[in-house]
Amino acid sequence: MSRQETPFVPFSPNPSLQQGTPTSTAPLKHSLTASSTSNLRYSSSRKSIYDRHLNRSQRSELSKASFAFLFGEMVQYAQKRVSGIQDLEKKLVLNFTVVLIATGVTQFDIPQGWDIVLNLHGYTIGQRLLELLLWRDGRSAKRETRILGILQFITTTLYRSVFNKPADGLEKSRDNEDEYMLIDNDPMVSSYISVPKEMSQLNCAAFVAGIIEAVLDGCLFPSRVTAHSVPTDQYPGKTVFLIKFDESVLEREAVL
Amino acid sequence: MSANKAARIGEEVWKTRIDKVNAELVTLTYGSIVAQLCKDYEGDYIEVNKQLEKMGYNIGLRLIEDFLAKTNMGKCINFKETAETISKIGFKVFLNITPTVTNWTTDGKQFSLTFEENPLADFVELPDDGRAQNELWYSNLLCGVLRGSLEMVQMQVDAHFVSDVLRGNEVTEMRVTLIRTIDDELPPGED
Repeated sequence: MSRQETPFVPFSPNPSLQQGTPTSTAPLKHSLTASSTSNLRYSSSRKSIYDRHLNRSQRSELSKASFAFLFGEMVQYAQKRVSGIQDLEKKLVLNFTVVLIATGVTQFDIPQGWDIVLNLHGYTIGQRLLELLLWRDGRSAKRETRILGILQFITTTLYRSVFNKPADGLEKSRDNEDEYMLIDNDPMVSSYISVPKEMSQLNCAAFVAGIIEAVLDGCLFPSRVTAHSVPTDQYPGKTVFLIKFDESVLEREAVL
Repeated sequence: MSANKAARIGEEVWKTRIDKVNAELVTLTYGSIVAQLCKDYEGDYIEVNKQLEKMGYNIGLRLIEDFLAKTNMGKCINFKETAETISKIGFKVFLNITPTVTNWTTDGKQFSLTFEENPLADFVELPDDGRAQNELWYSNLLCGVLRGSLEMVQMQVDAHFVSDVLRGNEVTEMRVTLIRTIDDELPPGED
């Protein structure tokens, strides 16, 4: 399967490859330039999605089982897809090994791709959630310009709306100026997922990390967010989201 | 069991026994899956339909257990009762909707589910590429769920969408056909 860009899917580029710039969420870029008229058909009795009120589904709920089933399929698909890619990469690496050894490089990593795929899924969802949340805040919506402000927006507003509870903690890294840690004692997305021992490095909350990263990027706080398991006796699923801000964010923070 | 009784059970189970999550998270998650498939299969929507059905089938195989555990349902006496149970209890407890059961054939082996609401398709507009509206069945996962879950209770069915408001049709309709009742057989490979 190729990962080539296709023009019709509203999908963001890989956040891990971004140079600290927020991504455009505009779908259908080709149709905007090629033709200004849409060829889509709409049923005559129903209004298009643009006519429906955006608050319609704000408080609606679905079964947690439905989410778990969908999420499980998503993880499995990511796994299958990535093992395919890794096979491919292994083949490539074999070819390169000769070259590498010849040039004196002996160590190289084969990237673990799973969490990247999950992170990407989360990222596309985060972009849309942010838009919804800000739109719903209406006039009271505030533009967050400080690091603490945006982090609080995530731990309270975003977390409440998606998971029905605030995050369990927010800490600043003692060692690194640009790192913050958001703590979730029991991430909802992992509640029905048991990760096999040999894959213990996988944390399905990478999905949530993607959501957080998209929101930060979307608010012009470019960053990398990763999920790490830190199980405790009380909270076996405890997860720390490590937020590493781009240099530009810290520079701006210093000026403000 | 009457349709009313099924509706009551569905409502009751939904209210008291179901853990719930934000519906938009589910909607967006499903959207992300479909978008990913469209990307991976480079716009081969026929293949995307197949993959969605397959995912749904996998879900159905496991979902039926959750369904039976939560609802304490017994065996349905005929396919009509099965249809009512799917619509008023199954869809109710998992997606909080009750599609209408209509268009029975006279032999009682084929019916339609028409969806007034479809939480999977909230916020959705199909790509304006001149093909998606003719080829993609956005909610095809649901067909797979029906096929998988009914197979686990000894019914082999075919389920497919015949129209979808996302394609500009007036209604979203899924056609469900009972192919055969699966007799208790030894699992393959144990003879």
